[in-house]
Amino acid sequence: MPGDGSLEQLRREGRIVVVGASLAGLRAAETLREKGFAGTLTMIGDEPHEPYDRPPLSKQVLLGKAAADRTALPRSRAVDATWRLGVPATGLDMAARRVRLADGDEVPYDRLLIATGVRARPWPREAEAELDGVFVLRTREDSAALARRLAAGPKRVLVIGAGFTGSEIASACRERGLPVTVAERGAAPLVGALGGVVGAVAAEMQREHGVDLRCGVMVTALEGDASGRVRAAHLSDGSTVETDVVIVSLGAFRNTEWLAGSGLGAGPRGIACDAGCRAFDIRGIVTDDIYAAGDVARCPHPLFGYQFLSLEHWGNAVTQAGVAAHNMLSESTDRIPHMEVPAFWSSQFGVNIKSVGVPSMGTEILISQGSLKDHRFTGVYGYQGRVIGAVSFDHARWLPFYQELIETTAPFPPPFTTVDRRPDGQRPLDADFPDPSVPTHGPTVTLSGYSPADRRMTFTPAH
Amino acid sequence: MTQSLLHQILDYTNRANPYPIYEELRKTPVHHEGDGPYVISTYHEIRSLLHDPRISSDARNLASQATDPLPETSQEEGALPPGFLKLDPPEHDRLRRMTNRPFGPPHSPHRVDGMRGELHDIVTGLIDGIGDPGRIDLVEQFSYPFPVTVICRLLGVPREDEARFHTWADTLAASLDPDPDADPAERGKGAHDARMQLGMYLAGLIEERRKNPGDDMLSQLATAKGEDGPMTTMELLSTAALLLIAGHETTVNLITNGMLTLLRHPDVLQRLREDPRLAVPLVEELLRFEPPVQLVPQRTTLADIEVRGVTIPKGASLWLVLASGNRDPQRFDDPNRFDPDRPDIQHLGLGSGIHSCFGAPLARLETQLALSELARRLENPRLLEDPPPYRQNAVLRGPRHLHITCDGIRPR
Repeated sequence: MPGDGSLEQLRREGRIVVVGASLAGLRAAETLREKGFAGTLTMIGDEPHEPYDRPPLSKQVLLGKAAADRTALPRSRAVDATWRLGVPATGLDMAARRVRLADGDEVPYDRLLIATGVRARPWPREAEAELDGVFVLRTREDSAALARRLAAGPKRVLVIGAGFTGSEIASACRERGLPVTVAERGAAPLVGALGGVVGAVAAEMQREHGVDLRCGVMVTALEGDASGRVRAAHLSDGSTVETDVVIVSLGAFRNTEWLAGSGLGAGPRGIACDAGCRAFDIRGIVTDDIYAAGDVARCPHPLFGYQFLSLEHWGNAVTQAGVAAHNMLSESTDRIPHMEVPAFWSSQFGVNIKSVGVPSMGTEILISQGSLKDHRFTGVYGYQGRVIGAVSFDHARWLPFYQELIETTAPFPPPFTTVDRRPDGQRPLDADFPDPSVPTHGPTVTLSGYSPADRRMTFTPAH
Repeated sequence: MTQSLLHQILDYTNRANPYPIYEELRKTPVHHEGDGPYVISTYHEIRSLLHDPRISSDARNLASQATDPLPETSQEEGALPPGFLKLDPPEHDRLRRMTNRPFGPPHSPHRVDGMRGELHDIVTGLIDGIGDPGRIDLVEQFSYPFPVTVICRLLGVPREDEARFHTWADTLAASLDPDPDADPAERGKGAHDARMQLGMYLAGLIEERRKNPGDDMLSQLATAKGEDGPMTTMELLSTAALLLIAGHETTVNLITNGMLTLLRHPDVLQRLREDPRLAVPLVEELLRFEPPVQLVPQRTTLADIEVRGVTIPKGASLWLVLASGNRDPQRFDDPNRFDPDRPDIQHLGLGSGIHSCFGAPLARLETQLALSELARRLENPRLLEDPPPYRQNAVLRGPRHLHITCDGIRPR
């Protein structure tokens, strides 16, 4: 209760448990200590490692320029926590305020932060997924094993799915001089996140770098040899790709299964929470002791019609963790909302790709600076007459300007000229996003849910 | 009669401490007098405009009636095509990209760090050569020669030619900072001759490097095989001139302002002496507190734009007063305090956006090494006059001399 000293007691001697020992979990722990939390802090992680950074795993590590076990996240301060690493959480008792662990232990909490993130979506046919040479890429072990295999010089690499991770892997393979085939169900790489206009540029980049890019196809089966090594993939167009390394890059599952039946509003789309990162229970009532942050959280964003956004973005994990940690220790009037404008980056085929806002909400795109042909441009996305997102290819230094346009719901198309406006930037184009009902590798931003006033709000139960 | 704020900025009598004028200026974040430039002085507005694609750096976009109150001499160059500092994309991007190829990541990630040992040797040599520790002019004896030598090494000027290079650089720098009592015609001719001789010298060197390329930047630029190909000789000349002018005076001032600031804050100087790692955050705070480029005077609007409720018309001249934004209390707590321990120091000292300082990694390293070595080797240094005499230039602001004394020079 506000003013009754309970918050003071929590700060002094409370028990905070963080489930998920990666970027969001670590940053939350650091923020808690920075804000003066003096009680006990327990960090639970299913991986055996202390928090490490993932972006290099699909870039420098695959190029052999960094070791997979050397990407530990730098610490901004000591967190003085009890680490329970290599032990997944398996259940939550909201009434008793306890987290159950796989080893049978139970950890009591006064405040809980869930930052369990996502895991790679595996190849759906289990027997084929087991073949030697078939990889996913999410963890340090995944990356180390894949890097070793790439260093051994495979005859041909097949990447299934041309989202950001798949495209970065293909780029790393080409930089290593390895033959690569990329199979993408959509019409172009990155099409789910950035639309067809930009996807066409991504396709051109891949082909110019020697990638055998096949769009509009699915991999129907993986075939192994007698010794259980993958040797070929069969495609929906009837063709066969002979390959000895297959990377399944089909997006991610949110790690919420352990919450099934707990009563928390958690499901395949993540954990619904309010703008202050407090998790909803399954009845749509906000809890006051359970928070969520990072890839696993989905929360309403006032800039985007209060739609629930779940973002698999590095920067989002950092700021959301900070907001959650702050709010855990604050009176209700001192709490802050998570209002960060989404942003992400990728590095592939020598090009720095960066985005702000939510391009996938856009219906139109204007190439406001530079040119698609040069693969160096800024594209601004419009939705119902306003600027909703922007993307840059080797033009990142302009993005703060476009972020301001998004934050101020500036009109689209922007009614002014800019430096470096080319003929193809005179009028908006159809952004050409795929029909959302057709599954693809999955955009990195998923929009779901309805306005808070909409009574049709439902949660999809787990499984 | 009260002088207009713009003239107060330019008035030499305010050179030693322009910060009270900036404070006054910030009361009107978009300040405009008569047909002069629109002067932007608050942090967030400057930062926005530095990333605003409606702002051009190309003087050809300036409406003809816009007047520039800065003295003519600050707009040097002449016969050469403009360097990328004064160009917009795509020309800017192409030239900067080509120049960056042999200088920084991704193609040359080790260039600057690889110069660390060489920079240290130059600093050591300059300190060894100081002579009488009782009266040192830090500008003449240290800050001034250091960056010119560094640029020579970077470009690949042979050692035996460095002295000539220094002479030309001195003449050009002096022309940027006219002595009001000197004869302008005489001065103009000196600068013109120096520019011609330097240009001819560099053209010869470029020719030579095309035939026998080395690892230096000039060779790499002249023989590049990337998608953009090698630079033409004219492009190379104008880029080399840009590196020389933009990389010289600024670094001189940063180092001199740094030593001046340290001598005014002996506790920080003592900390630096004990722990040279302090140099890194210290130089960042210095870039905030006493930035070597006080304002960016050469931007113009491509459209009518609104800033804090003021419409700045298309073609207007803009001044972005970086040094004022750096002291904006809306952005920095207690902004007039020099505090190398600031946890949040996103200063504007090196600009931001596509024109952010090209040589930043080198300037930082030069200044870190210079200040930590000066702190370590000068025994009990003190200022002989405070404030020191300043240069005329209000944009590239810094002391003309910094007379100090110390009890002795510690061995290496």
